[in-house]
Amino acid sequence: MTWLVWRQFRTQAVVATAALAALGVFLVITGIQLADYYSSSGLSACYGACSGATTNFLNSVANGVTDTAHNLNNGVMYVLPAIVGVFWGAPLIARELEAGTHRLAWNQSVTRRRWLATKLLALGLATIGVAGLVSLMVTWWSSSIDHASMTMLTPAVFGARGVVPIGYAAFAFMLGVVAGVVVRRTVPAMAATLAIVVFAQIAMPLWLRKHLTTPVRETLPLDVNQITNLSSVNNGHMTVQAAASKPGAWLLSNQTITPSGSVFTGPANMTACNRNTSPESCINWLGTLHLRQALTYIPQSRFWPLQWIEASIFVALALALVGVCFWWVRRKVA
Amino acid sequence: MTAVLDAVGLGKRYGRRDALVDCTLSIPAGHVVGLVGPNGAGKTTLLQLAVGLLAPTSGTIKVLGGQPASDAHHLARVGFVAQDTPTYAGMSVADHLRLGAHMNPGWDAQLANDRIARLRLDPRQRAGKLSGGQRAQLALTLAIAKRPELLILDEPVASLDPLARREFLQILMEFVADQGASIVLSSHLVADLERVCDYLIVLTRGHVQVSGEVEELLATHYRLCGARREVREMPAGMQVIDASHTDRQSTFIVRSAVPIDDPSWTVEQLTMEDIVLAYMTQAAAVDGRDRVLEASR
Repeated sequence: MTWLVWRQFRTQAVVATAALAALGVFLVITGIQLADYYSSSGLSACYGACSGATTNFLNSVANGVTDTAHNLNNGVMYVLPAIVGVFWGAPLIARELEAGTHRLAWNQSVTRRRWLATKLLALGLATIGVAGLVSLMVTWWSSSIDHASMTMLTPAVFGARGVVPIGYAAFAFMLGVVAGVVVRRTVPAMAATLAIVVFAQIAMPLWLRKHLTTPVRETLPLDVNQITNLSSVNNGHMTVQAAASKPGAWLLSNQTITPSGSVFTGPANMTACNRNTSPESCINWLGTLHLRQALTYIPQSRFWPLQWIEASIFVALALALVGVCFWWVRRKVA
Repeated sequence: MTAVLDAVGLGKRYGRRDALVDCTLSIPAGHVVGLVGPNGAGKTTLLQLAVGLLAPTSGTIKVLGGQPASDAHHLARVGFVAQDTPTYAGMSVADHLRLGAHMNPGWDAQLANDRIARLRLDPRQRAGKLSGGQRAQLALTLAIAKRPELLILDEPVASLDPLARREFLQILMEFVADQGASIVLSSHLVADLERVCDYLIVLTRGHVQVSGEVEELLATHYRLCGARREVREMPAGMQVIDASHTDRQSTFIVRSAVPIDDPSWTVEQLTMEDIVLAYMTQAAAVDGRDRVLEASR
């Protein structure tokens, strides 16, 4: 049975190995450049107050080929699960059902259950291996940038680091297999897989991830010198927002509230804050109001717990799909 | 000897359509069994139930005394060539033999290699590039080389030209002679099976019309010609399968366990094709009556 699985998977395995090797070469070449920036900016030898070196480093990264490489790597992490689902998962059984070869395979001296188990185990492990390896390489490559820019929890970056890509890939693979078994045709199964994987990749950071952990809620005195956003209109309505000093955190909300706890909306003091006065007069006036800043955020320290939670969710979904797959193949397919 | 296939009240339903209804059959071992019926009669359904590709909706089926495809051991005892003889298009002939060797403990490599050599198939050729006949032969080789006790073939010769058909059936007969296995093969053409089968099952619209040894069927079916009379006037113990009348004359096809010695009849022996056609006509007539009844309601 393992022989047949290998014989059928051979071409895809070669393609995957070649792609991995190409990615590895690309990462090494751009990684050398990145390491060069890291030391020339002074960041590698910096301890303590490093904001200058950090800015230097990030500027170098943003202006060189490393910027393209950085974006490309993040892109690869998002494309990988879809590729695995579409090209490994969907055809795995759909192609057999389409060509009728399952009738050949299922009448050798190997039970249908074992046939399916061997296929799923072999390709599932390959999926986890490839996703893990690519994620490890990209996470390692980007570590200096992630460390300097403190963006690990940014939705787009979070899904491209650590163990989360493994969960996505395992889920996408099993989704492809099940779509193939249910639809029984390769191309429609591929399309369905792609659509659902992309949807999951959008839905997770946009709506679901913030509910996976209880965010920290904090109310601080508003530092009027940190105000980044100030608008007032003639009728006295006014909104104010100050920068949050939570480095590395994923900021979910940032509101300016009055001492009584309601969101500050004015009224503006029109003598201090009008078109003819300097911004300072308005800010000074705001300073007298004892405004407070209400923050909701996920601190950087939650990166790994959140990674494991999200990865587990997708692995659990993948395992549920394994169950569906066995059930469907036993009951519904002839 | 135990039955190779034992079905009791077997039924299979796809949604609201019955593919097989209350099928009770017992096929003794050591036969080449022809399963004949028009397209859509349920032949494929019956065979797929027999190899465990389908599960019955009602009744039971036992093959070689066990549940079809229940475990690896049972799978090893039954060979199956599915309709349209599927093979892996991207894999070579040699790969298919390797597949057989890896997936069947009882694989007879010598037999498989000899057959491929005799068929003059290039082992490096991809199965997708083979002709229909060659593909059927490859599929048959896979099924035979696992040395099954029962070989089931679903319309194996449907896509073959007459020459390939003869060759295929000849190889099948050699296999029976060599290994003493039982074979069940289906076809919608009696002519395909006439030369090879010694046991016949006629299936129409999901119902088994008749089943039995060919010799016995030939010995008990007659065509009777004589002065016109109605079916109800026929003697008891005589089962009328088909009747046709002209103004003065009646022709009956009957099944009778006892020889017919009534001198008012001209008695003719039937060929297998005649018998099968008679049963198919009967089934069609019954369906026709049903339709008339439904229409008059």
